[in-house]
Amino acid sequence: MALILECVIVMLLVISLFAVLGLVLVLMERKVAARMQIRLGPNRVGPKGMFQTAADTLKLMMKEGLTPDGADKFLFNLAPFVVMIAAMLIMAPIAFAKGFQIWDINIGVLYVSAVSSVSVIGILMAGWASNNKYSLLGAMRSGAQIVSYELSAGLSIISIVVLSGSLQVSDIIASQQTGWWLFRGHIPAIIAFVIFIIAVTAETNRAPFDLAEAESELTAGFHTEYSGMKFALFFLAEYINIFIVCAIGATLFLGGWMPLHMGHWEGFNHLMDYIPSSLWFLGKTFFLIFLIMWFRWTFPRLRVDQLLSLEWKYLLPISMFNLLLITLIAIMGWHF
Amino acid sequence: MTNEEIKQHIITVQPNGVFDETGEWLQVQVEVGEWKPFAQWLRNDALQMDFLFCLTCIDWSATATGKTLLTMVYHFTSTVFRHTIVVKVKLDRNNPEIETVSDCWRTAELHEREVFDLFGVKFLHHPDLRRLVLTDDFEGYPLRKDFEDPINMIKL
Amino acid sequence: METYKVPPNGGDEGLDTADDGALVINVGPQHPATHGVLHLVITLQGETIQKIEPHLGYIHRSIEKMCESLSYRQFIYVTSRMDYLSAHINNHGCALCVEKGLQLEVPPRAQVIRVLMGELTRIASHELWWGAMAMDLGAFTPFFYAFRERETINDIMEETCGARLTMNYMVPGGVMYDLHPNFQQRVKDFIQLFNNKIDEYDDLVTGNIIFQNRTKGVGVLSAADAISYGCTGPVARGSGVACDIRKLYPYAVYDKVAFDEIIETAGDSYARYLVRVKELRQSVRIIEQLIDNIPEGDFQAKTKAVLKLPKGEFYSRVETARGEFGVYIVSEGGTTPYRIKFRSPGFSNLSALDHMSRGSKIGDLMAIMGTLDLVIPDIDR
Repeated sequence: MALILECVIVMLLVISLFAVLGLVLVLMERKVAARMQIRLGPNRVGPKGMFQTAADTLKLMMKEGLTPDGADKFLFNLAPFVVMIAAMLIMAPIAFAKGFQIWDINIGVLYVSAVSSVSVIGILMAGWASNNKYSLLGAMRSGAQIVSYELSAGLSIISIVVLSGSLQVSDIIASQQTGWWLFRGHIPAIIAFVIFIIAVTAETNRAPFDLAEAESELTAGFHTEYSGMKFALFFLAEYINIFIVCAIGATLFLGGWMPLHMGHWEGFNHLMDYIPSSLWFLGKTFFLIFLIMWFRWTFPRLRVDQLLSLEWKYLLPISMFNLLLITLIAIMGWHF
Repeated sequence: MTNEEIKQHIITVQPNGVFDETGEWLQVQVEVGEWKPFAQWLRNDALQMDFLFCLTCIDWSATATGKTLLTMVYHFTSTVFRHTIVVKVKLDRNNPEIETVSDCWRTAELHEREVFDLFGVKFLHHPDLRRLVLTDDFEGYPLRKDFEDPINMIKL
Repeated sequence: METYKVPPNGGDEGLDTADDGALVINVGPQHPATHGVLHLVITLQGETIQKIEPHLGYIHRSIEKMCESLSYRQFIYVTSRMDYLSAHINNHGCALCVEKGLQLEVPPRAQVIRVLMGELTRIASHELWWGAMAMDLGAFTPFFYAFRERETINDIMEETCGARLTMNYMVPGGVMYDLHPNFQQRVKDFIQLFNNKIDEYDDLVTGNIIFQNRTKGVGVLSAADAISYGCTGPVARGSGVACDIRKLYPYAVYDKVAFDEIIETAGDSYARYLVRVKELRQSVRIIEQLIDNIPEGDFQAKTKAVLKLPKGEFYSRVETARGEFGVYIVSEGGTTPYRIKFRSPGFSNLSALDHMSRGSKIGDLMAIMGTLDLVIPDIDR
């Protein structure tokens, strides 16, 4: 009985976190974009436009969810939920604060990279079932892209696994007690971090890798035919995915909820401990989210063949070699 | 090259050409049957008229003398010698047919389609001759002077 | 004669393929990349373009037919609606043609004003193109930066001409009103502002590695093809063809100002991009030379109330932001043109699109279309 109650509470928490994250991140994106584009951004609904996304959500809910005549109805309606559920599942092993984690599975990192591949099935489903050429092209691009970039993301994750010697998220965070892996792992760790950020930007279909929905080429790519709440689910899933990959990046490279500790500066370390661990986690995550938004509003989009050659010709060989270096560092104990 | 020199060149291939030097540029009028070889000569031989910058048609049916007359007007410039000539070809308005020049100047392909669409001039051997701006089932040729559209046209 | 039949469902729904397994998709008439109602039917093999077929006519207003019933004063205003980004320059071309027919001498002040307005228009047009081009390639932000400066020009235009986009400022014999007293100062302020911002453009887009990869070697047009397809303006100059009407057949005061004709030889999208960006600086240069040297005097020549062109044919051409704009008037001696033909740069440039894009990826199409700088009302007239 207690277990069921716990399940219900966790489910409610996750769902409400989703809703809040969606609202906050969409608003953040619009504000960041506006700031970079010398605009004001949303500023009418609520103080400084804070309720703008709430109003937008309401609008989307009121809208009719159209299903095209020629579409495969079952797959068409299923696709947004697959994408959404995949995003929800990855939430499980993330540590939001000290001792605040849904499921500290012992293969946490492996679980994350496995489940994150599932979302591509939802996208392919959406593209195929829409019975629209733009959607199909977008979905095919997305498939090729996510499958490719998963390799680099995976290799970067493995570098940290090698350094910390564990797949368990809590262990990885604990191993950064004396300093974050980004700093302790010398230059190879920084390279791994950069590759990780590039790869996850591609994996979440964000600009400059947003080929799956390249609006100037494919109108809206795989979700061209979606409207109303089903579209909102795709939209929400995109932002949740950004949050999740940034949370993982923060956990692996920036120590998750672990405060910034500097070697033997006892006073400094003590001061840092006063800042709550949840703030550390969210601060790091949102910093990475901001980084990814910054990319989006600065860079032009790559072409599909350039996207793939970037991965297969540059990122993958570099990350393989980098993994070798990291292994060497780990074996020789050269890290701080 | 001066207009006189161009004229001398053209006379060698078009002894029957009618010249008009009153305008800004030299004008030559040739027969429909002689147009295609003349066009190829213009493009490739001494004059090197490689740039067709304006291709259009004039319907003379609203004038006293041109009841059954359409005139094709081609403006050419040579990017090599920088001289310009105007070539005119008279067509029978009831059955306007002329050889295409889209193989000599690629831009002619789209321009000829436009003229076909709006004037009804048939370009023989055109690779893809069909309506350009109007729908396929449209009747009439709007830029002809006798075109009437009681619904959409407002007479001033 | 084989005719294209639009399928009953618009050709867009259903994964119908051509016989050889190629996918036929419609880009437009409503599509984010076409900036207007251009309709392209694209045959794709995978992501590779096999054929592009433009379908025109969605905003064809038959301006040439309308002009046949408008007087020589009136028809100029209709031409603002063709290439609406080069409205001043279109009007200028028409005014020149009428003046040629009337053998009218335009006062020097009017000529300088016309050139100043023309160059400001060119800057505004290239600004819009620059922003839209970056947006086509997926970078949104440059669009806003471009509009920030373009807005200043629009304000200057509004003050003198009373309109921001379709100014209708040129009349046969000169310009409609004199310059606004603030004009000189505001243009100088703008030039000062713009000279700083233009480097920002290079930092943001020109030097970007992704941008260069997307445009270099994409949509190559050889010089011979550019001439054969009748391309003019930055498109032809990007292929190494000298075709600037301002240099070749100078009108107004273009023979008295110093500026360079920008020619790039690569013929790819990046070359066309560079031509336009460098032209921005040349336009600034022209304005800088003229802004302090506007001669005093009349801004309009004395003309009769009703203009009548003598019987004959008149052709004038000007360099718009997109290329050579020609006006061909056939007059029968009346108060209205007997036949008028506008040689619009966009129409000829569009004819090269199919040739340039064959074998490219669908993503390249955006770079090619962006650097062709098509304005659809200009094509559809």
